[in-house]
Amino acid sequence: MKDLTKELHTQCMTMQMGPSHPAMHGTVKLLIDIDGEDIHTVIPEVGYLHRGFEKMCENSTYHQVIPYTDRLNYVSPFINNVGYVMAVEKMLGIETPERCQYLRVLASEISRLTDHLTCVGASAMELAAFTAMLYAIQGREWLWELIESLCGARLTTTYTRIGGVAYDLPEGFRPQTRKILDKVQSLIDDMRGLLEKNRIFYDRMRGTGVLNAEDCLAYGVTGPCLRAAGVYYDVRKAMPYLVYDRLDFEVPLGKAGDNYDKFMVRVFEMEQSIRIIDQVLAQMPEGPIAVDDPKVTLPPKEKVYNSIEGLVHHFNIIIKGIRPPKGEVYFAVEGGNGELGFYIVSDGSEKPWKCRCRPPCFPIVEAMPKMLEGAMIADIIPTFGMVNMIGGEMDR
Amino acid sequence: MAESITIRKLKERFGDRIKVVPSPFDGMDTVAVKRGDIADVCRFLRREEDLDYDLFRDLTCVDYINETPRFEVVYHLYSISHAHAVRLKARVPEEDPTIDTISGIWVGANWFEREAYDMYGVKFNGHPDLRRLLLYPEFVGHPLRKDYPIDKEQPLVQLREEMKGVR
Repeated sequence: MKDLTKELHTQCMTMQMGPSHPAMHGTVKLLIDIDGEDIHTVIPEVGYLHRGFEKMCENSTYHQVIPYTDRLNYVSPFINNVGYVMAVEKMLGIETPERCQYLRVLASEISRLTDHLTCVGASAMELAAFTAMLYAIQGREWLWELIESLCGARLTTTYTRIGGVAYDLPEGFRPQTRKILDKVQSLIDDMRGLLEKNRIFYDRMRGTGVLNAEDCLAYGVTGPCLRAAGVYYDVRKAMPYLVYDRLDFEVPLGKAGDNYDKFMVRVFEMEQSIRIIDQVLAQMPEGPIAVDDPKVTLPPKEKVYNSIEGLVHHFNIIIKGIRPPKGEVYFAVEGGNGELGFYIVSDGSEKPWKCRCRPPCFPIVEAMPKMLEGAMIADIIPTFGMVNMIGGEMDR
Repeated sequence: MAESITIRKLKERFGDRIKVVPSPFDGMDTVAVKRGDIADVCRFLRREEDLDYDLFRDLTCVDYINETPRFEVVYHLYSISHAHAVRLKARVPEEDPTIDTISGIWVGANWFEREAYDMYGVKFNGHPDLRRLLLYPEFVGHPLRKDYPIDKEQPLVQLREEMKGVR
């Protein structure tokens, strides 16, 4: 082998992959040192999508931050909305009504489905399994129709409000959801049939991008990547929020921590999400969708348009904003890729003094050198696909 | 309210060097640490068997511009096996914004510290590679400081030498 290397005159070469390589999910650059096809070092370079999320939050009222959180992870915006408003609600010390909590769980799980479908489909496409991608996009399309009927937008949802949610379920939502979930389930089954035992897919996913449990934790990796390494940690189970402790679902675990396990964990999680949505639709009680606290929640639109009290009330909250007491709070939800935490510091004014978002992608991308060094160039594609980097979330 | 095991152990080990801060909103154990002690405290939290803080959750910085010391570096840690969480806070003065790195204890702290350096200008002693992370090297100032105006613009930079073709 050594002679062959001499004959072939290979030498170490630095290659720039990205910022907009077709197989990169978003604008990120990998600076790779390669020798032939072997990777020596990988240096991820981030920041191409940095928009100053935290600076914007510090200059907006608490309500005005909600639309910004949509743009953090644009394939699962509901989860970001929920995480942020629940952190603020903790500061205000309010508990939302039961129906609102169920609605938030419903929205989060639909978002998790779209997030995982995008990830699984796109990475399958990059390994040349284009059909699987078309299936995933079709499933996502149906789910986005649901999201659209729920809040009027597909990506920029801004569904939650501090103290509640914006809208109740539209008419005919339940049968519609039931129908769509059945179709999505059969799509997932088809996708599994196509990929799970496919020789090419299996060989390229199995044994690549391995990150063991200990490294995962030290890096702060959470979500499917951590669970693929066999660590039982899901924010929904560890620190149950909303009504997750009343719902019956399992946390799928992998063993090896390689790309194949990450893929399968995502697939099983989608099935669990469908299970959760089923239970939510069956259990959801009637009732108000927001707390009845005029200092916090916006009045319903009929009141704003038809009564002076409603108008003044609306005006007060929009212009003056709400003032949580002084203090700090850290609140985490289980996002599509892991723990999504918000650390908010209030100085008692109407704007957050500090609004930190702990993005789940950030530590996973940081751990990429660990997953890739010593591997081959071709391994970058499935590994990066399973990292599921979302630029908006990582760079903020 | 009874003391949690984390607070008890930390008090036993460090005594007056730490101060417990109430955190009424989320009920998380919150401890104020002197900046010289931060590496010791973190190492203790990581190594001690009953504590075993293995998951590095978050590191960030807060700018309290009207107070002295001005900056506060905030750490969030979690233990998977014992399911407890702790928040550490260390104040850093404006004239000498340095604090010890903890990237030797949790390797993942590396990028979080680089981000805090990028955004707030807090330097981490002993950090293996303290460069800007989200912004480009030519950027002047630290944008998340409260005295950095939100509408400030910076001039476009020239193409760097190493970006022209293959290095």
